[in-house]
Amino acid sequence: MTITETIDQLIKEFNQFDDWMDKYNYLIEMGRSVPLIDDTQKTDANLITGCQSRVWLSSEYKDGIIYFTADSDAVITKGIAYLLIRVFSGHTPAEIVDAETTFLDKIGLKEHLSPTRSNGLLSMVKQIKLYAFAYQVREKNS
Amino acid sequence: MSEISEEKIRSVRNDFPILSRTIYGKPLVYFDNAATTQKPNVVIDAISNYYRNDNANVHRGVHYLSQQATGAFENVRKKVSTFVNAGSSDEIIFTRGATEAINLVACSYCETFLNAGDEIIVSVLEHHSNIVPWQVACERKSAHLKVIPVTPDGDLDLEAFGKLLNDRTKIVAISHISNALGTINDVAEIVKMAHNIGVPVFVDGAQGLSHGPVDVQKLGCDFYAFSAHKMYGPMGIGGLFGKSSWLEKMQPYQLGGEMIDRVTFEKTTYNEIPYKFEAGTPNVADVMGLGAAIDYLNELGWDFITAQEIDLLEYATAQLQAIEGIKIIGMAAHKAAIISFLIDGIHFFDAGTIMDHLGVAVRTGSHCTQPLMNNLGINGTLRASMAFYNTRQEVDKLIDAIQRVKTLFA
Repeated sequence: MTITETIDQLIKEFNQFDDWMDKYNYLIEMGRSVPLIDDTQKTDANLITGCQSRVWLSSEYKDGIIYFTADSDAVITKGIAYLLIRVFSGHTPAEIVDAETTFLDKIGLKEHLSPTRSNGLLSMVKQIKLYAFAYQVREKNS
Repeated sequence: MSEISEEKIRSVRNDFPILSRTIYGKPLVYFDNAATTQKPNVVIDAISNYYRNDNANVHRGVHYLSQQATGAFENVRKKVSTFVNAGSSDEIIFTRGATEAINLVACSYCETFLNAGDEIIVSVLEHHSNIVPWQVACERKSAHLKVIPVTPDGDLDLEAFGKLLNDRTKIVAISHISNALGTINDVAEIVKMAHNIGVPVFVDGAQGLSHGPVDVQKLGCDFYAFSAHKMYGPMGIGGLFGKSSWLEKMQPYQLGGEMIDRVTFEKTTYNEIPYKFEAGTPNVADVMGLGAAIDYLNELGWDFITAQEIDLLEYATAQLQAIEGIKIIGMAAHKAAIISFLIDGIHFFDAGTIMDHLGVAVRTGSHCTQPLMNNLGINGTLRASMAFYNTRQEVDKLIDAIQRVKTLFA
């Protein structure tokens, strides 16, 4: 699936819920299936600084593809980490660099991407893009 | 049951337009008063009225409006002075808020009185704003920061404090009320201990002025800082009480404008206190708002305010303790209406996010007190901070919200 297709799929999944509580319930369920970061990778370097919940994000680059794993001490944050990983993991650096990141708006979780101090999610999206950009530069130079 | 009638509370709530709004379609339950309190109509009107009818720069013009604005501005200084029972209104300096007041003293006092090898005492309970300015002052002067520990209940360990005090101590900086735990510190006792060996005491009163009457002469403190926005006044204005004997000896904080006496290229002399510490055009409109907030509180009366807040604190504490898995962080004997708590097995961010959707505004996180949270071995808490306009029914909504959170994350 392309990044755009995954995003459309997610929007469809979330649109089946009218009630915000159901949306969060679904997100909480998703949080439980996040590809967990290896404990050895839960380092300060992989810690995304947000004031409220701690999020670790690790990337691995294999045969031109980036794979992400993550963890958080908060369940909702973990669910959103999982959404981001579903969208971005398993793609090339170029695909990730070019991808749009406004889709959390469309599934009704906009407040989680607002640039407040409350969570590290905006930083998480930035970090995903940054990883992709770094791998892209490395590809070009090799 | 509280003796305060529901009609009284309803009429008080009507003074605050924001309290009738909804959040996600549900009536707002505002329990984040320690972050900022809501504003009554009289405060909003005072600001708007100033810009509509009275705006002019103060202390400058011979013209009517300027003189009127100056009179009104200085009148609020007198109001603040009476409100905290300062010795004279010259001891009241307007600042942007408590943080700026702390920075002012940390810079100006330490510039004159702090030397290499000296010590400054703060406490584990402090807000970052009452730690960092002192820490940086110590770094600048090669002095040392000493820290008063807290007991497991969240009280300052005054015995340990006594041992920290010595002839190298140059100032003690402590909060009146802890923003994170609600502890009301025994400022009078701390002042007595410090003054015994001639050490001045700075009090961060950001949470102090909204919860009860403050008498700086009775407390005996040398400095007391406050923010208007935490006492039902506007954001961007606050102040510092400082004993004139200290203020006279301190260096100016910022330079230019109001604080100047005479300027030549060879030498500049400074204005007298309090103007020496008020550089540039002051925030006159918000000073008007602060004046209106003080009038409002005076009219409402501390008897009503404290009775209502004590009732809410006791009721909410009992209701929270009745829920399985709730742990209240901070059980000091003397507390303001601020309750920090954790729900067993549920991250405060998850709980706060869901409670927000239920219309209940609480604060989550470290409350700008990371050293305190580290000391308690936690990353943060949920904090419900109440004001006199809150009700027992709203506490019930908080409790319902917690129950829903517990079900959702079970």
